[in-house]
Amino acid sequence: MAAFSITVNNKKHQVEVDPKMPLLWVIRDVIGLTGTKYGCGITQCGACTVHVGNAAVRSCMFPVESVGDEKITTIEGLSESGDHPVQLAWKEIDVPQCGYCQSGQIMAAVALLKENPSPTDDDIHKTMTNICRCGTYNRIKKAIKAAATARV
Amino acid sequence: MEGLVKKLNRRNFIRVSAIAGGGFVLGFNFLSSCSPEQRPGQLIDLNAFVKIDTNGEITIMNPNPEVGQGVKTALPILVAEELDVDWKDIRVEQAGLDTNKYTRQVAGGSGSVRESWESFRKVGATARQMLINAAAMGWAVSADTCHTENGMVVHKKSGKKAKYGELVERAATLDVPQEVNLKSNAAFKLIGKRIANVDNQAIVTGQFKYGIDTKREGMLYATIIRPPAFGQLLESLDDTAARKSPGVKQVLKFENKIAVLGQSTWEVLQGAKMVKAEWKDDGILESTTDYSKNLKSVLLNEPKEESRRKDGNVLEAFSSAAKVVELDFEAPFLAHNTMEPMNFFAHVKKDSAELYGPIQTPERTRTRIAELLGIPEEKIAIMMTRMGGGFGRRLMSDFVEEAATVSKLAGNIPVNVIWSRESDMSGGFYRPMYSYKYKAAVDNDNKLIAWHHHSVGVGSSAASGDSFPAGAVANFQVDTEEYKSPVSTAPWRAPTHNFIGFSEQSFIDEIAHKIGKDPVAFRLEMLEQAKNNPIGKVNYNPDRFATVIKKAAEVAEWGKKKAGNVFQGFAAHFSFETYVAEVAELEKQADGKLKLKKIYCVADCGTVVNLSGAETQLEGGIIDGIGHAMYAELTLTKGKPDQTNFNTYRMIRMREVPEVEVHFIQNNEKPTGLGEPGLPPAGPALANAVFAASGVRLKTQPFIKSGLFA
Repeated sequence: MAAFSITVNNKKHQVEVDPKMPLLWVIRDVIGLTGTKYGCGITQCGACTVHVGNAAVRSCMFPVESVGDEKITTIEGLSESGDHPVQLAWKEIDVPQCGYCQSGQIMAAVALLKENPSPTDDDIHKTMTNICRCGTYNRIKKAIKAAATARV
Repeated sequence: MEGLVKKLNRRNFIRVSAIAGGGFVLGFNFLSSCSPEQRPGQLIDLNAFVKIDTNGEITIMNPNPEVGQGVKTALPILVAEELDVDWKDIRVEQAGLDTNKYTRQVAGGSGSVRESWESFRKVGATARQMLINAAAMGWAVSADTCHTENGMVVHKKSGKKAKYGELVERAATLDVPQEVNLKSNAAFKLIGKRIANVDNQAIVTGQFKYGIDTKREGMLYATIIRPPAFGQLLESLDDTAARKSPGVKQVLKFENKIAVLGQSTWEVLQGAKMVKAEWKDDGILESTTDYSKNLKSVLLNEPKEESRRKDGNVLEAFSSAAKVVELDFEAPFLAHNTMEPMNFFAHVKKDSAELYGPIQTPERTRTRIAELLGIPEEKIAIMMTRMGGGFGRRLMSDFVEEAATVSKLAGNIPVNVIWSRESDMSGGFYRPMYSYKYKAAVDNDNKLIAWHHHSVGVGSSAASGDSFPAGAVANFQVDTEEYKSPVSTAPWRAPTHNFIGFSEQSFIDEIAHKIGKDPVAFRLEMLEQAKNNPIGKVNYNPDRFATVIKKAAEVAEWGKKKAGNVFQGFAAHFSFETYVAEVAELEKQADGKLKLKKIYCVADCGTVVNLSGAETQLEGGIIDGIGHAMYAELTLTKGKPDQTNFNTYRMIRMREVPEVEVHFIQNNEKPTGLGEPGLPPAGPALANAVFAASGVRLKTQPFIKSGLFA
């Protein structure tokens, strides 16, 4: 066990955990923010995607000790009231079915658009590798494009 | 929910009556009296589905479990349409299991909307009529001279208007009208429109609580170790190291399993890795190769069970036929792989229990838990959370029973039992492995005269008797058997249909090719036969079936897009009362490899309740059907699953997804199923396109193994 000071959604948290505990579980079980989901535990599905600094990170295998001074953003910290352009597009296109994977999809999409404000289909396909078991992929793609357009 | 019950009790709500209508208990609960002091802000429980606050807030309850199929949006639409309220003014709330108020609180069989179409609208219309009656009484006018407009009762002649909130107290004291008129389809304001999922805001902000997110005071997380292979028993256990693992509080042995309890999910998952367990085989453990061989050998023998359907005499027809066509198919086991792994919260006390989590069958589950714990059903509360997918897995209640057992054995403490992905994939239930044998015959005029289906499934039969082309073939026989195995199998999205659709539609394509007929024309010819000269029972409407087939051919420009490297395949399947036809379009690349580009889909699901929801169910079903047909299989080596996570069990991802174009047949028929019917035609449409492009008939899944794809 070791003490860590980590900043999640601009709020500092002192946690005392195993340094190897993945960030996912620190966020969910220790800090209590449950918007970030567990799907596979081996970085395959992306349900646990958060931002470490500006980068989309699959937090299920990212040890808390590796966070360092980087600021963490989770789905809860994306906007005050769900009005981030990507969130707005998700609602407008009515993307979610079961909804479970969507916080990870949204976090991946936000990181993509930060780096590439007008991605092509190919760019989207290369980055958006998260699994959606309900098959909302086409609506996700449409929402990413709508969000990209809305920002221009 | 608990809070709501308390609130209702505190405010002297009593349940007066229940009326029956169309086999559905409406379960109206009325306020009998309130002291005037309590009136401001009073919550009126106008009936089990509708609550109207005296300040005007309207809440519509959704009684059915939400699994991603959209019932939490669709069912309240039915109530709101007849209640005549503006959709933006209502709030939707999830109800817990309450068999006194609701019936059929199930997510399964694509049945929620089709079972509720009349009764839920009646609930809305009844509440609306009571509000009109209340207004009319107050204004001393005839109720017939009043009407409603978006949450308001209006008396046109006098210009008087009253909001529902102002009327609800009086309304709650009135008799329940026994007969109410429902709107005609032409008058619908909400039904048929695009209405977004009511939980979108909570989902996109990460605020929505799924079962796995449940955390209570004093609760421990738990995970369970199950036998690594189906057919194994726990022989010995050494939990010394696990007990010393950080955060682990208890290790329990129960039945044939071991539970590890602790302070965080990760700590119990780590602790579980420290448990040393020895397992022994209980009998012969079969591998996929054994199942494949054994299922095929079952089909070499005469069917042991009575035929599911027998029209005419297939043997005679085969002996006198001009041409006989035969084809065999095999389906792999499939895991459900809901994105939210199995989990459930349980707090079992001495003589009561609280259960909270994702379950498709709360009522049946409560019965099981009552038997398991020896606690009466009325002392067991079940609240359903929105589910991170179900696909049939959450029709089972094993994970709820485990959670209840662990809570009890751990000392009646609250627990949230969470399955690791590996447990979820390897210790669950599967779509059965199936083996199918088809034989058909045509006469000298190339008319289909005989069809024989013989199938077998692991732990389940593999066919129903009445699937198309039943009714269109003079000699028609379906035989299906079950192969016993320790591998647990369960319904999986579009049970049986998910592979019947593939095999039957591929076989029809094969026959059409062998007799030189266009696959679409051949289907229409069979439907003509079923319409004009039906053989035996026909459970589908040949006209509606033909309409979707023709429309799909039209929108996909079937038979016209022959230029260059584009190839199409056709499939149509009737399931859950819905007719769906799909055309798969693929491209042959310069290197000869195939790439699926697009699926055209036409559905007749009767009246569309929510256009956005209906489209998304078909899109999802199609992508699910394509994804599993292309990539997925679960194999076993001596009873042990070879795939335990998404690194080895391949799920479709965005870059592999085709464009999907969905059309609906417009009619005023009652709504039919949508959660499942999009899936069955997707795989065979693709396989038939592959045949058109390459001449290769795909008979097993996953297709990726054929080596034909880019």
